[in-house]
Amino acid sequence: MAGSNPNAKPMNLTLKVWRQRNRNTEGRIVDYQVKDISPDMSFLEMLDVLNEDLLRQGEEPVAFDHDCREGICGSCNLFINGRAHGPEAGTTTCQLHMRKFSDGDTITIEPWRSAAFPVNKDLSVDRSAFDRIIQAGGYISINTGGTPDANEIPIPKDIADRAFEAATCIACGACVASCKNSSAMLFVSAKVSQLALLPQGHVERKTRVENMVAQMDKEGFGACSNIGSCAAECPVGISLENIAIMNREYINAKATSNNLA
Amino acid sequence: MILDSKIPEGPLAEKWDKHKFNVKLVNPANKRKYDVIIVGTGLAGASAAASLAELGYNVKAFTYHDSPRRAHSIAAQGGINAAKNYQNDGDSVYRLFYDTIKGGDYRAREANVYRLAQVSVNIIDQCVAQGVPFAREYGGLLANRSFGGAQVSRTFYARGQTGQQLLLGAYSALSRQVAYGKVKLYTRSEMLDLVVVDGQARGIITRNLITGEIEQHAAHAVVLATGGYGNVFYLSTNAKYCNATAAWRAHKKGAFFANPCFTQIHPTCIPVSGDYQSKLTLMSESLRNDGRVWVPASKETAERLRKGEIRVSDIKEEDRDYFLERKYPAFGNLVPRDVASRNAKQMCDEGRGVGGSGLAVFLDFADVIKRNGAEWVSQKYGNLFDMYAKITGENPYEQPMRIYPAVHYTMGGLWVDYNLQTTIPGLYATGECNFSDHGANRLGASALMQGLADGYFVIPYTIGDYLAQTPPKPVTTEHPAFKEAEAGVRARVEKLMSINGTRTPAEFHKALGHIMWEYCGMARNAEGLRHAKTEIQKLRREFWSDLKLTGTDQEMNQMLENAGRVADFLELGELMIDDAYNRNESCGGHFREEYQTPEGEALRDDENFTYVAAWQFNGENQPEILNKEELRFENVKLTQRSYK
Repeated sequence: MAGSNPNAKPMNLTLKVWRQRNRNTEGRIVDYQVKDISPDMSFLEMLDVLNEDLLRQGEEPVAFDHDCREGICGSCNLFINGRAHGPEAGTTTCQLHMRKFSDGDTITIEPWRSAAFPVNKDLSVDRSAFDRIIQAGGYISINTGGTPDANEIPIPKDIADRAFEAATCIACGACVASCKNSSAMLFVSAKVSQLALLPQGHVERKTRVENMVAQMDKEGFGACSNIGSCAAECPVGISLENIAIMNREYINAKATSNNLA
Repeated sequence: MILDSKIPEGPLAEKWDKHKFNVKLVNPANKRKYDVIIVGTGLAGASAAASLAELGYNVKAFTYHDSPRRAHSIAAQGGINAAKNYQNDGDSVYRLFYDTIKGGDYRAREANVYRLAQVSVNIIDQCVAQGVPFAREYGGLLANRSFGGAQVSRTFYARGQTGQQLLLGAYSALSRQVAYGKVKLYTRSEMLDLVVVDGQARGIITRNLITGEIEQHAAHAVVLATGGYGNVFYLSTNAKYCNATAAWRAHKKGAFFANPCFTQIHPTCIPVSGDYQSKLTLMSESLRNDGRVWVPASKETAERLRKGEIRVSDIKEEDRDYFLERKYPAFGNLVPRDVASRNAKQMCDEGRGVGGSGLAVFLDFADVIKRNGAEWVSQKYGNLFDMYAKITGENPYEQPMRIYPAVHYTMGGLWVDYNLQTTIPGLYATGECNFSDHGANRLGASALMQGLADGYFVIPYTIGDYLAQTPPKPVTTEHPAFKEAEAGVRARVEKLMSINGTRTPAEFHKALGHIMWEYCGMARNAEGLRHAKTEIQKLRREFWSDLKLTGTDQEMNQMLENAGRVADFLELGELMIDDAYNRNESCGGHFREEYQTPEGEALRDDENFTYVAAWQFNGENQPEILNKEELRFENVKLTQRSYK
């Protein structure tokens, strides 16, 4: 079909790709040529083409993380031409399409760079630090069963909507990769404010923010200096407001350090 | 073998309550003496892992992703059904049960489906308590919308990303148990075999996807929550990693595979744009609430449109055929998925399709935008419209979406009894991985419901019944069965690495997908299926003699991972074809061209096919043995499904 753009011509591109055997070896940039790339391809489909070529030539394909390819699982995480997820705002790597590039372009592709995200291989990094931050308190402590009727607690629509907006974080790590300090504040604050906004989350709001921030620091993420590149580069538009909410929550928590007041 | 579905006696509405009383319990002090392995951390796996850990069992949870939160449940868009009747529009547990049985074209078990409808109400309570931010009305109460195959509004949603919010809820509950030390999490670990000791499931063999290490894990019971097998078709709405390996390995160890040919083709997906296409993207069925499906009324108009001689806006209202509204006035655009898909295919077969390839129909929002404004539409479907625009480069606020059916869900899966136990004692299957609740066609917003029902509210009861009858002695990996299974896994990995042929795993996968879509897709016939069987056998031989891989198995090797999955798809694909060939009727998603009504609707043969086809592995390259579980309908009368 190429129906969306029938006149678009296939492109030839030069790729500069980070190759690294595993987390204990040094990496380097390697140049590759890809030919006849359709503008309707996604960025990852373009990498599929590269990898199929490499495999057929007996070389090792480039490792990269991906899965749903519809922008929601948060697996894909490429640093493209110096920007997390590439040149298109509000877009994950898998939803970036080649029509954003031109014939003859050189594209540099690197993994997320952060001490808290060690490289597994090539472009794949270990983001388990995010899981450990959630394990430190990113939940409401209820068991299965015995919960009240869902309509028992009315929640104002605008509060519910704001909580939803915060909850849409996909934990891709673009915020960390885009921050000069490798701060994870946007990721952590999205969960903190989702649960702090909702009445169900009020019970544990103080211990939650304290524990999650402590874990964040322990994982080696940097401090926040309020530049805002995290929110600017976030593919799902998590707002900087969440960081303000988290800071407020944190100060309140520190004043009493319990969930009583 | 006689299949005992273990459906409790008594009236439909009392079966589950009675059963909950009759199952054996493990006393609270003994629960910590039992280990349970759960494979998969999507809705069914994460909810089960959290709930069993809360009860006190030691859970080991496995996922091949880098985090449990990446499971493909996260991509479910539209919503989750529950018989809350918050809308006062006539819903009830019985109506949800009835809609699901009918939607499944009378090929599901009454007792399982009724239980699903019963616990659906608890799921919503549970998720709200976890902080899942469902859509709400201005008064602060929960909002609902309607979905295909239903005439009530019972679908709860979180904009177009309900699966994400539900999975993050289950993931948070799971994370809490990881923090308590009750769940040990194994990420980037892929199950490559099941270990059976003295006829009971006692463990699994995994490969660490970062280091390549092969590991043994033992437990008192194993739960597979590993999703469906839609990626047999190569192109589907499934995530790229979705695969059947865990379920298929269990099948080859003795778990029967039920109704493999029951696959769901979703009517509203973004059409294929080229050979490089790696996956297809769904546009939620919820869009059919407000979007109108149409094609040009005449072949000539469609042809001129495809050639670019006219634009969509040039086609007058009277020259448009809103074919679903025309043919099914009662349900209109909200007919079930199988009906909508077949009709779209029919329009394209008639030469009235749109888009460059002619393999697409329009989903048009012009009316609703005129009625309620673009802002209203954006509030409701914003993320879906954005996604469409990104993928196609077209603006759906200004011109209609182009959609076409694509493989989306598999109703078939491992055979399980009422307790969700497979034919291997101690092995359970939950969520899309089992076959139990959707019959021959799943209704929209019911997959999330089933995954969470199984994990939160069914398995915590039924697995206890099995464990209570298992001595609380520590399990180890010392039994020779572990060594044997590990040796088998190693031999297979080594074999894959050493073929040294010329074709990549993806090339084989695409070839398989082509065969499956062509002959075992939206329409099937005996001749095509016979041909496809020969083709697959040939492809499988080529795979094992001409596969190309590089690197080693002692490191991260994504092509090797994929090759193992494709190898299993090549076997499962053949079983799907056998099953489709055996079922000489049309029902739900299984449409055999030989069996249709004069109007082209699916024609069931209740006399001969009101059964579950449960296939039993019988050795490599041997025909599988067909076992039948007769379905008994005591509450619902079997009728020709009509949505007119």
